[in-house]
Amino acid sequence: MTAEPAGTDRGTAAPVAGARRAAGEATPADLSTPADRYRMMRLIREFDTLALEWVRTGEIPGGIHPYIGQEAVAVGVCAALGPGDRITSTHRGHGHVLARGADPARLLAELAGRESGLNRGRGGSMHAADLSLGILGANGIVGAGAAIAVGAAWAARRSGRDTVVASFFGDGALNQGVLLEALNLASIHRAPVVFVCENNGYATTLPVAAAVGGSAVGRAAAFGIPAVTVDGMDADAVREAAEEAVARARSCGGPGFVECLTYRYEGHHTMERRMRLTYRSPEEVAAWRARDPLERLRPAVPAAEIDAEVAALLERAAAWALSEPRPDPAEAGAYLYAGGPPPRPGVPV
Amino acid sequence: MTWLSYTKALNRALGDAMAADPAVCVLGEDVGAGMAGPTLGLQARFGTDRVLDMPLSEQAFTSFALGAALTGMRPVVEFQIPSLLFLVFEQIVNQAHKFRLMTGGQARVPLTFLVPGSGSRLGWAGQHSDHPYALFVHAGVKTVVPASPADAYGLLRAAVEDDDPVVVFAPAGAMGAREDVTGQLPPVPLGSARVRRAGEDVTVVAVGHLVAEALQVADDLDGEVSVEVLDPRTLHPFDWAALRASVGRTRRLVVYDDANRGCGVAAEVVAVAAEEVALLAPPRRVTRPDGAVLPFAPDLDRASQPQPHQLRDAVRAVVK
Ligand SMILES: Cc1ncc(C[n+]2csc(CCOP(=O)(O)OP(=O)(O)O)c2C)c(N)n1
Ligand SMILES: [Mg+2]
Repeated sequence: MTAEPAGTDRGTAAPVAGARRAAGEATPADLSTPADRYRMMRLIREFDTLALEWVRTGEIPGGIHPYIGQEAVAVGVCAALGPGDRITSTHRGHGHVLARGADPARLLAELAGRESGLNRGRGGSMHAADLSLGILGANGIVGAGAAIAVGAAWAARRSGRDTVVASFFGDGALNQGVLLEALNLASIHRAPVVFVCENNGYATTLPVAAAVGGSAVGRAAAFGIPAVTVDGMDADAVREAAEEAVARARSCGGPGFVECLTYRYEGHHTMERRMRLTYRSPEEVAAWRARDPLERLRPAVPAAEIDAEVAALLERAAAWALSEPRPDPAEAGAYLYAGGPPPRPGVPV
Repeated sequence: MTWLSYTKALNRALGDAMAADPAVCVLGEDVGAGMAGPTLGLQARFGTDRVLDMPLSEQAFTSFALGAALTGMRPVVEFQIPSLLFLVFEQIVNQAHKFRLMTGGQARVPLTFLVPGSGSRLGWAGQHSDHPYALFVHAGVKTVVPASPADAYGLLRAAVEDDDPVVVFAPAGAMGAREDVTGQLPPVPLGSARVRRAGEDVTVVAVGHLVAEALQVADDLDGEVSVEVLDPRTLHPFDWAALRASVGRTRRLVVYDDANRGCGVAAEVVAVAAEEVALLAPPRRVTRPDGAVLPFAPDLDRASQPQPHQLRDAVRAVVK
């Protein structure tokens, strides 16, 4: 007996308006040209702008951690990955999940708690995942993804595949024991992992300078892992550093570590809008905004055309997502186990 | 008449405890900014030396607090989300809790762990919606779940003054509560339950934010069933005498508990009542399902939490 409702296999998911791919087909995003990368950064920016709006209107319950400002990191790293590669993501995961090629319509549906969402409405923003694309999940626990990435990389290598796993995490994760333990495991197993530290200057309200003894790259170096720091507002700089680390990892040269200096334009979480926090000066925010990763790439691509294309895609995706049904409350316990009897209900009245 | 909110009550309790005893200090994530509410303004008042913003190193700062507690401080550790308790279970249970017995009573371990916003906050999904108080009860760690602002104040004061580790759960569902309080708020001794509503026919034991819901259900059933609502306030040590007194009279029991069912607090309450009282009807538990992981979509989240209509049905079932 199984707790899974019938007829909800991945393969039978509804076709998606504006999807880059048909449902069920695992094709990571093609980010090979500057136009591709600009398009993806624009998609992430506009996706999260829409998501912010949906938090305000209540379409998205609970809120989100917006990725706006950090687009060059997700896009630069995912541009360096190949079709069979994998990623682990964070609480601020929309950018990573989209850049790896997840369907924006199904991610929107997920955020709105719909049955046809990436996680069937069970995960929401902090747990968005598409395993068919090698996305081993956003994660609600800071630092948790890094060790998962090492294990996934080890398992792939062991079965003879040349898979690389990119693990995204914030500066806050630099102080989690599990992250340091993961660096060591990756080092001793020469695991094909690229650790990507998105240093956006803050863990919620805590500045990096007050939190991180030593440095990000110093931590990696201490475990014998080659590490570089790059401008995380420059998708090409990120991509080049990631390509080098990915190539080394793929050819059995062991893990790498890329620290990307970046910034989130919005508050830590949408809840922050309701608080009067003053941990960042308006001048600081403006200075980083002036280094916008999309503006940097704009002159090199047919930007107006792409912007219109992305806007149309998101409009279709939004309409589709909001028209999709919500999960049946009777299925609240579904998917808890792979097999075995369903759990007892809460109240046997 | 002064209206005190639950969050403000926690905030006032911490401020008063720090003012009363220089050994009391507060540490955690974003406590300087007062992100979660209870620590708002404390850093400006008491300094960065007594209100410490910690990096995201929960395991280390929990045992850091233990080290300070063993050597004269009286730390309060705030955790932003309930699931961080899973991360520091080793430090709380295996280190802090066991220290006193293992050292033959040499040590005092005055440590308070405060979890504002425990349980479901709609839309926070699987990793942010747990209510794991039963784990601490099972391990033997003192555990309180205040239901009202006055109790939040009194129990937090008592927890800080206690010489053992105490975990204080402040349910998200209670943090919006407000109460009319006048004058000085007294500490509430650990281990003392409170009858929130007297009744004749059935005892409802409700935990945390569910106390208010139970009172509402009791009012709704007024005239049909006379419901007594008992708020245990402390889950360990539990006020078994109060349970015995109430259920000894009503001889009917329903437990309303926003946590996973199997091996939960409700199970323990039902077991003790069954052992000690000749019940007139099989007792009922209204809880989350077994091993529940709260799904993201709001309808699924709500369906995984115990609900007032389920309590009403359970009360009617035991008096039938
Ligand atoms: C282990 C853990 N501790 C605390 C939290 C609460 N929390 C969520 S995000 C966050 C800050 C994370 O900062 P960082 O890693 O720099 O990522 P950023 O938010 O800047 O992207 C905190 C404290 C958590 N989710 N997990
Ligand atoms: Mg950060």
